[in-house]
Amino acid sequence: MITKLLIANRGEIARRIIRTCKRMGISTVAVYSDADESALFVKEADERVRIGPPPVAESYLKIDAILEAAQQTGADAIHPGYGLLSEHADFAKRVRQQGLIFVGPPEAAIAAMGSKVEARRRMSATGLPIVPGTENALASLEEAIEAAERIGYPVMLKASSGGGGIGMQIIRDAEELKKAFAGSQARAASYFGNGDLFLEKYIEKPHHVEIQVLLDRQGNGVHLGDRECSIQRRHQKVVEEAPSPLLSAALRQEMGSKAVQAALSLGYEGVGTFEFLADESGNYYFLEMNTRLQVEHPVTEQITGLDLVEWQLRVASGESLTFQQQDVHFHGHSIEARVYAEDPVRGFPSPGKLQVLDLPEGMEGVRLDFGFQSGDTITPFYDPLIGKLVVTASTRAEAIQLLQKALNTCQITGIKSNLPQLQAIAKDERFLQGLTDTSFLTGLSLNS
Amino acid sequence: MAEVRSNMAGTVFQLLVSVGDQVNAGDDVVVLESMKMEVPIASEFSGVVKELRVEVGTFVNEDDVLLVLE
Repeated sequence: MITKLLIANRGEIARRIIRTCKRMGISTVAVYSDADESALFVKEADERVRIGPPPVAESYLKIDAILEAAQQTGADAIHPGYGLLSEHADFAKRVRQQGLIFVGPPEAAIAAMGSKVEARRRMSATGLPIVPGTENALASLEEAIEAAERIGYPVMLKASSGGGGIGMQIIRDAEELKKAFAGSQARAASYFGNGDLFLEKYIEKPHHVEIQVLLDRQGNGVHLGDRECSIQRRHQKVVEEAPSPLLSAALRQEMGSKAVQAALSLGYEGVGTFEFLADESGNYYFLEMNTRLQVEHPVTEQITGLDLVEWQLRVASGESLTFQQQDVHFHGHSIEARVYAEDPVRGFPSPGKLQVLDLPEGMEGVRLDFGFQSGDTITPFYDPLIGKLVVTASTRAEAIQLLQKALNTCQITGIKSNLPQLQAIAKDERFLQGLTDTSFLTGLSLNS
Repeated sequence: MAEVRSNMAGTVFQLLVSVGDQVNAGDDVVVLESMKMEVPIASEFSGVVKELRVEVGTFVNEDDVLLVLE
C-alpha cells in the first residue's frame, strides 16, 4: 500500500484527498504556489513544499517541480486530483518513470481518451452509441437529403469550420433542408472561409448524464451508477445529482454495463467517467471519457457508501476490487451544489477577500467539501470553485427540501457568489420535476 | 483627464485600444483574465486614450489604473 502520497492539486479536492489518507493512515504532502501559502489544504497536509509563483504554468503545471518535491519528501505516489495535470499522459508517464505510483489509469488510456474524435471512434467500436452524423463534408443537396434520411430528422446542419453554435441550423424535414442548404454553404464560406457542411442528429432537450466506472489492474470492473449533470453554464457544471431522474433502472444498467465493457477494452484502471447526451425517449450518445476523479464524485459516494479516493489508492497500489456488480447498491438520492466566486447575473468572476463563509456545519444529511474558510482570500489565479455543498436523503423530494434549507442558511460576504442562483435553482419548478436539460440555466430567473 | 480602473483583480489578457484612440463611455478597453475566464473591462468615461498603464501580462489588483483618457 502507498505510504506517503503527494497531492498535485489544491483547494477543496486536495483537502478531500487528505481526509481519506488520514483515515487510511497514509501520510500526505501538499505542493503549493505562493498564492496558496496559507490555504487550508497546505496546513492540513503532513508536509508541504512550495513549487513556484501563483500562475499555474509556473507552479501546479510544472512537472519538474512536482517530481522534485516528491523526491525531496520521499513520497511513493502522486494523486493528480482533477483539472491541472490529471489528464496529462506525459505527466503520468514521468511519474512512473521516476519509480512512483501515479494514481490514475495507464498513460495510453489517458492519451486515447484525450482526443475527442479518436475517443468517439474507439468507443463506438466497442458498442457505445455516438451521435449519428456524416463523416465527410456534404458534396451536394442530394447527398445531404440522403444522409438526413439515414440519420433521421430532426438533424443539425453544421459548418465544418464553425464552433460555439455559430453556423448551425435545426432542420426538421427535407423541405427545410432544401431551403437552408445553399444559404448555409455561402454563409459558412464567408464566415469561416470554408463552405463545407455536415449533418448530425439533433437531440431534443438533451440531458448530460454520466456513468462512473471503477476497475482494477486484474481486469475486474464495476459501474457505480450515473449522475445527472445538465445544469451547466459555459460547459461548467453547477448542480449535479445521483441518480439521474431521467434514467429508468433498466437503462442505467444497460449504460453502466456498456461503459464497463468499453473501459475494459481500453485496459483502463482506477475511476473513470463516461459522459453522455441522453434524451427523454431513452436514446443516449457517448460524448467523452474523463480519465480521473470528477468534481461531482461525492454524489456517487453518498448513494453507494463507497469512498472513491480510497478505491483509487487501493487499485493504484495493485489491490483487486473486493466486490462485484451485484454487490453495488444504491441508497437514496444525493445532490451537489457548486459554490462559485462569481457574479451569477453577469457571469463574471469575483476574486477577493472572503469575509464571511458561513456554512450549515453539522446539519444532518449535509456534506461540505470546501477549500476555504472565513478570512481567506480567493485569488484570480485559479478556477472560481469555493466548494461543494452536498445533500443526501432517502428520496429526491426530501433531498431537494434539504438542499433548499441548507442553501438558505449559507452566508457569503466580501465577494459575490452564485448562492442566489443556487437558491433559485433549488426552488425552480423544472428542477423540482427533474426536467433539467442542458438549456436549464438559460431559462432561470434570479428575480423570484 | 479620467482614469479607467479595473473592477477586479486579474492578468491583462488583451488591450483593445491604443494611444490616440477615441473611447466612448461603455466601450470595452481591456480584457482581463481572472479565474480562468476572460472578462472585458469597460470605460466609464469618454475621451481620447492618452496613456496605457498596463500591457499584456500585467497583473492588476481591483482599482488599479489601466489607462488614462483626456
